[in-house]
Amino acid sequence: MVEFTLPKNSVVKQGKHFAVANGATRVKRVEVYRWDPETDENPRIDSYDIDLDQCGEMVLDIILKIKDEIDSSLAFRRSCREGVCGSCSMNVNGKNILVCIKAIADYKGTIKIFPLPHMDVVKDLVADMTHFYAQYASIKPWIATQTPPPADRERLQSVEKRKQLDGLYECVLCACCSASCPSYWWNSEKYLGPAVLLQAHRWLSDSRDEHTGERLDDLQDPFKLYRCHTIMNCTDTCPKGLNPAKAIAEIKKMLLVREGG
Amino acid sequence: MEQRKRPLSPHLQVYRLPLTAVVSITHRMTGVLLSAGLMLFVISLAVIQCGASSFQAMQSLLQQPLMGIALWLMVYALFFHLCHGVRHLFWDAGEGYEKPLMNYYILLELFVSLALTFISFLFVQLGS
Repeated sequence: MVEFTLPKNSVVKQGKHFAVANGATRVKRVEVYRWDPETDENPRIDSYDIDLDQCGEMVLDIILKIKDEIDSSLAFRRSCREGVCGSCSMNVNGKNILVCIKAIADYKGTIKIFPLPHMDVVKDLVADMTHFYAQYASIKPWIATQTPPPADRERLQSVEKRKQLDGLYECVLCACCSASCPSYWWNSEKYLGPAVLLQAHRWLSDSRDEHTGERLDDLQDPFKLYRCHTIMNCTDTCPKGLNPAKAIAEIKKMLLVREGG
Repeated sequence: MEQRKRPLSPHLQVYRLPLTAVVSITHRMTGVLLSAGLMLFVISLAVIQCGASSFQAMQSLLQQPLMGIALWLMVYALFFHLCHGVRHLFWDAGEGYEKPLMNYYILLELFVSLALTFISFLFVQLGS
């Protein structure tokens, strides 16, 4: 349902400020969304002055520095620090990114860090991904076959057929795109969202998969697929440079072709 | 301990909408505006056909400078809606998703819609 404002318990208040020790010459102001599930307070924005001479190059380095040196209660997800695990997706200065592959130098002025938009917050920058993963499971992200595999080898794929998965298999399921989509914000209980639809297209495009028809049957639904209104926030924000909007268009085309259109 | 209700993270409050999203919402708004405008257009026709005095009343209303601006904004809304509608046709055919060209297509839409409005303006000026 379309709701432009935040519910009462989610309105963000002003929080504490942590100044930097004297003597720092390159200081960066960083604002971070905080919410502690063990208090009755609303979410707040804490601000930190960070000495860039004592900090790594990436936005994730700032967050790690805050946790290590200033406030150990800060909660966030991170793992690979090279953009392949998809854990550290956050909203930074109005755009969803993986903070481990985004340089601090790309931002002039204050850096504002929020959890992924329009998600339930578990704590601080940790969004609840349960529903997102359940939607991912719903598209059956594995090869489904009718025929038995060859007796002496794996199911092989030609170089050309394999190329059809380029631009799809690279997705790390960070949910940056889904959490950027206004249509997903208002309809996430029924609309699958760009990330999951890109994955759906990945399995529809796999030459080894034999359940294309069933997959298309599952997607032929006014909400699951057709809530995409080509707003293009997904393609704009994808930190891996992929194109979920195009993948969704390809699914729509496959359905049309199947109808004989 | 009973778990507290989790807050919803900020969305429109923090998200910086790219140009494509701004154009998308403008497309919707112009669609609503044009539907409402069509009703007003039919009402004005109904008023005009009531006779000479109501024709004159409508004429003097529409000759107000503000009404003139409103009418030309409606014309622009129509052409903008048309241009973005054409873009949707290309999208539905699976074309025009190249990331680097995204804003280029928007500029093209804006240019064509402005040009069509200007041509209509010239057409009206020449006619009157």
